[in-house]
Amino acid sequence: MKKINKNSLNGFINYGIVIAAFAVIQALLGMGRLSNSLQSLLVPACCYIVMAVSLNLTVGILGELSLGHGGFMSLGAFSGIAASILLQNAIPLAPARLAVSMAVGALAGALGGVIVGVPVLRLQGDYLAIVTLAFGQIIKNIIMVLYVGVDERGIHIAASSERFDLAPGGTAIIKGPMGAVGVTKLATFTAGFILILITLAVVQNLVNSRAGRAIMALRDNRIAAESVGINTTKYKLMAFVTSAALAGAAGALFGLNYSSTGASKFDFNTSILVLVFVVLGGLGSIRGSIIAAALLYVLPEMLRGLGLNDFRMLIYAIVLILVMLATNNDQLKALLGRVIPKRKGAVTSG
Amino acid sequence: MSFLNNVITGVSLGSIYAIIALGYTMVYGIAKMLNFAHGDVIMVGAYVCFFAMGSFNLPPVAGVLLAVAVCTVLGITIERLAYKPLRSAPSLAVLITAIGVSYLLQNSAQLLWGADTKTFRPLVEGSLVLVPGQLSISYVAVLSIVCCVVVMIALTLFTGQTKMGKAMRACSEDKAAAQLMGIDVNATISMTFAIGSALAAVAGALMCSAYPVLSPTTGSMPGIRAFTAAVFGGIGSIPGALLGGILLGVIETFAKAYISTDLSDAVVFAVLIIVLLVRPAGLMGKYVPEKV
Repeated sequence: MKKINKNSLNGFINYGIVIAAFAVIQALLGMGRLSNSLQSLLVPACCYIVMAVSLNLTVGILGELSLGHGGFMSLGAFSGIAASILLQNAIPLAPARLAVSMAVGALAGALGGVIVGVPVLRLQGDYLAIVTLAFGQIIKNIIMVLYVGVDERGIHIAASSERFDLAPGGTAIIKGPMGAVGVTKLATFTAGFILILITLAVVQNLVNSRAGRAIMALRDNRIAAESVGINTTKYKLMAFVTSAALAGAAGALFGLNYSSTGASKFDFNTSILVLVFVVLGGLGSIRGSIIAAALLYVLPEMLRGLGLNDFRMLIYAIVLILVMLATNNDQLKALLGRVIPKRKGAVTSG
Repeated sequence: MSFLNNVITGVSLGSIYAIIALGYTMVYGIAKMLNFAHGDVIMVGAYVCFFAMGSFNLPPVAGVLLAVAVCTVLGITIERLAYKPLRSAPSLAVLITAIGVSYLLQNSAQLLWGADTKTFRPLVEGSLVLVPGQLSISYVAVLSIVCCVVVMIALTLFTGQTKMGKAMRACSEDKAAAQLMGIDVNATISMTFAIGSALAAVAGALMCSAYPVLSPTTGSMPGIRAFTAAVFGGIGSIPGALLGGILLGVIETFAKAYISTDLSDAVVFAVLIIVLLVRPAGLMGKYVPEKV
């Protein structure tokens, strides 16, 4: 019998964790044990898990710092919302419309990824980070002034409210600073669960493929990778666009979870939030990203209920600093190293 | 005349960006870290100045000096407690810590001083009328430009002539070699943070005089803009920060005046992307090819 590859085993464990978590939560939901506030966190938590796993592809696997992941989420959210409103009559079945909207969101994210990636992946290190940051700001700014609507004459797009002439009876999809309002909430927890599984399948298969090994070779040593004939641009773009597409799909799900969504929901802080999930979960570790995103999204929200609302973000900040200091402390690492025997190959895969 | 007015507004705004960007660029040059908490040090400086002038009725000069003192101590403390233990850690860990510090400052400010916006009383009021009814320069704008020029000259002399300044340049070139030459690297880095934070306090007071609203998140957007300015001019380069800051201020003002008020952010960042594509190390940055 063929021995199961260690990487695919790791991948199966990840699917197992997600499926088990889904089953437990469904059971709790069935018994009515989850409070309303916790229930409302389920879909966003799924979105953030997908965001974290997809950002990990850029930051952990490709090794390029991106500070604009929220921008791709924003693209996906608004194109997904637009698709869901435009297709209201064409696809009456809600789950199908949600699936199509998420696919549109993923396409929009991928398109954004190509537009940013092609010129920008030539830059390196911190400069790439700045450009992704700039891109996130541009997206937010443009959506803030964008007016999109549909009426019997077709789709209207305008850059200010004065030029936005929607016929009476038409539907406004995006209304500038107010964002999208009156959205039919299509998102469900099951859809989020399926999106996580798809994300895992895409990312894990990419990482364990020939292309994935090329991407990791670029991360570890670009010059050496180039000298053995790896096409830098192609593989960088592959990782970057995949990551952007998944962020777009997550954005579409996120946008369809609320009746109104403004562009300011996807600002610099959103990108940073997801980056924190990735770094705390462990660079390159898919499982780490899933767990960190789920815990770090839900825990601060639960502090609200404990009467610590005012100190919520303060505690978060202090914990963040202390965790970074502790995990990078050499003495502590040496101590842990003595207690826990070093695992083999526990660095990148998983 | 409106063109000239825009130029003046742009240059004075740019001077403030330049002062903030200098802090970013010096810290980046020496510690190779993106200090995202810098913008929040600006906010703290502005609050200290606000309370010194408002609650204790100190004169503006004393208020600014107090803000400078508080921010210098704050900068050194942050460096000691949060960044120094991470000297050998991967840069992403330092970045996340800086973000943690930024959240910490914003939320402490919110708990201490409340989330409501406060109206900042300008350091100097009135304006200098050049052509009656058409062209005038507010004294705040004059003060910003003068401050920026003074700071630039002082910093250039400092890094070029003094022993500490030379030590800073040496550390930013090669820390290990600098240490072998007997330079106290830790003290030099602390000094850089002290200077950067002192400049942030000055910038905070100037910025809130020009745009008199103050809230715990006041610092974050100008922080990001100034950071953009530093990258624009070539991060790590002091004249680059000046050039980048002023260009950014002028572009922002022109975009607001001639394109669209709402789209100014998009224009600024689009220009940044284009500049970086043509000159990957910024306008005055040195492009260092990787050695194999």
